[in-house]
Amino acid sequence: MPTTILAKRRLIPGKTSELVLDAPHIAAKARPGNFLILRVADKGERIPLTIADVDPEKGTVTIVYLVLGKTTAHLETLEAGDAILDVCGPLGAPTHIEKTGTVVCVGGGTGIAAMHHIAKGHHRAGNHVVAVIGARTKDLLLFHDELSAFCPEVLVTTDDGSLGRKGLVTEALRDRLASDQAVSEVVAVGPVPMMRAVAETTRPFGVKTTVSVNSIMVDGIGMCGACRVTVGGKVRFACVDGPEFDGHQVDFGELCARLGAFRDQERLSLEKFHECRCHDHKKA
Amino acid sequence: MTTKKPKSAPRTPMPEQPAALRRTNFSEVALGYDLSMAMAEASRCLQCKKPACVQGCPVEVNIKDFVGHLARGDVVAAFQAIKETNSLPAVCGRVCPQENQCEGSCILGKKGQPVAIGRLERFVADEFAARSACEELTGQPECVVTRDELRAACIGSGPSSLTVAGYLASRGVKVTVYEALHELGGVLTYGIPEFRLPKAVVRREIAALTQSGVTFVTNWVGGKTFTIPELFERGDKAVFIGVGAGLPRFLNIPGESLIGVFSANEYLTRVNLGRAYAFPEYDTPIFPGRRVAVLGGGNVAMDAARTALRLGAEEVRLVYRRSKEEMPARAEELHHAIEEGVILECLCGPVAFLGDERGYLTGMTVQRMCLGEPDESGRCRPCPIEGDTALLPCDLAVVAVGTGPNPVLLSATPGLEKNRRGYVVVNEETGETSIENVFAGGDIVTGSATVILAMGAGRRAAKEIARRLLAHA
Repeated sequence: MPTTILAKRRLIPGKTSELVLDAPHIAAKARPGNFLILRVADKGERIPLTIADVDPEKGTVTIVYLVLGKTTAHLETLEAGDAILDVCGPLGAPTHIEKTGTVVCVGGGTGIAAMHHIAKGHHRAGNHVVAVIGARTKDLLLFHDELSAFCPEVLVTTDDGSLGRKGLVTEALRDRLASDQAVSEVVAVGPVPMMRAVAETTRPFGVKTTVSVNSIMVDGIGMCGACRVTVGGKVRFACVDGPEFDGHQVDFGELCARLGAFRDQERLSLEKFHECRCHDHKKA
Repeated sequence: MTTKKPKSAPRTPMPEQPAALRRTNFSEVALGYDLSMAMAEASRCLQCKKPACVQGCPVEVNIKDFVGHLARGDVVAAFQAIKETNSLPAVCGRVCPQENQCEGSCILGKKGQPVAIGRLERFVADEFAARSACEELTGQPECVVTRDELRAACIGSGPSSLTVAGYLASRGVKVTVYEALHELGGVLTYGIPEFRLPKAVVRREIAALTQSGVTFVTNWVGGKTFTIPELFERGDKAVFIGVGAGLPRFLNIPGESLIGVFSANEYLTRVNLGRAYAFPEYDTPIFPGRRVAVLGGGNVAMDAARTALRLGAEEVRLVYRRSKEEMPARAEELHHAIEEGVILECLCGPVAFLGDERGYLTGMTVQRMCLGEPDESGRCRPCPIEGDTALLPCDLAVVAVGTGPNPVLLSATPGLEKNRRGYVVVNEETGETSIENVFAGGDIVTGSATVILAMGAGRRAAKEIARRLLAHA
């Protein structure tokens, strides 16, 4: 049964959007850290997307995507009222959440949306949640208001200094850790280089650091091992054992290399999609 | 003087695509009989008083009768006889290892060639491709009306669950089948390639089940989207677990995470479920391999090797620790693979994968083996020949060394007893697990086996479920 898009919000026009999906069976079960797998249309591929928010009462799940390849480009053409052919979830192990004191949640790019649901979970468990979010410039910053609604501290960094502190999230994080010995955990969600930098920033402080790895997935239910990642020398499947792992143990170099495995085919697929659409426009 | 009994006529050959042509496409290799071939083959059957073939069939197809009807050219009667016990004849006729089942028990096989029962079953099922299964079975456009108060659920939509669903639906039970992937059929869809089992055939068999009242739900993951207690809360009286053994085993040798090393499950799922052979018309990409090494000697290894050839590999090697004689793959599959150009690299065990600085696979170190004494499995144990290692260049490696039980559903089901290897423990007579009215069958009980054994297990469980449900109805 196709899943209806109830609302669409363009967060960064043409680049990043938020979709609210009518999926009560997923909303009833989804916990922070879970993701779903979707297939936009017939002939489509399966892609994983983290659940950014849920409303079990309304029966909705919220996802946020960055337009990167063919499937997300196709998704970006859909509007409220349209349907996604296949949506499967909630998948993955939920975030381990307990009341521990102060938790710093770091988000970069679209990862901020994924981090949002985790931060909310920590807030609900009674933790003092510090959000650290960064972007190139202020127009590209996501979920500032949403996080401010429940985080007592939202530390913002931009590369150009247009909002908050000029610089990288890791600089804000380092200063925050240096001034407060009581941080019990740091959670980071974002591009691999960012998560790796966060793990290196927290390592000298000895603070528990959790990252949400974004490996390539096919089924998302532990059937194939496409998403395997080396953690502490052991091979783990991100879709069932993760996607969250100890950031100090993840082999980020390997993860980064494996993410590029299909780069040529991904480019070809996107080019073909744009050609087809260009052709359609000409006809119209 | 002893008179020699005349040898029976040889079996009617099956037309197939020539090897040179078929290795360039994903179309079915075996092309099937026509009516005159089928009648000629069916008339070889001796119509034994006590047919041994039927005992050889795990779902107890009335082979004697269906072949008898076919010999007289009565295809409809033959179809009805098969459908009484087998809900997936077009699948079974294609992928069953008949040499170990029905045909292995055929009396003609003692002196000559057994009746080609699988090919005949396939012919009959295919003859009904475009017709309504209900109409042919009951004379009615609508099948048996299922009774809403009699409800059961199957988790997984592979061969064992489909058998349970078909059996129960024909007895008035309202069955819902939950599938985690977006397409139905389990291994029939994501595992077995199009050139052995066209997906249209699988869809057709499933359409016939839908017609008989079975409801199918895709994208629902047992243990994630729903749990077994929730199914009972919703009114199901019995639950069948048929989730297969889909967890891929890896070799745990250095370099296994290099780009270009795939589990057979991933490689085949991309190609079969994602139709990656038609990329970029379909979106799922597949890694192009020029020199391919497939590790393993079972049917999955054959499927992966033959798939790699069809995707344009220049060289495909099957790397196997033992010798050709010990390979667990069906003789026919191995024969087809060799005919198509797959190279056998026997007595050869992988030691490490090697890669370049960007993380791409460039080759493998392999250890040459010799055969020692037979082990517990009865097969000769492979022993390394000290110091005899070699470098095997390859840019794609497919690991096809078996699977284990997937933990997703099992770990979300407290109270479900499992054995040492993590498979579900059942009562052998009834298929019931340690939880009352929860049954299981197929690979999640036995470990990787065959389609027909999974169907046999499904049939056993379905009989017990039907007995209990109908006793209370």
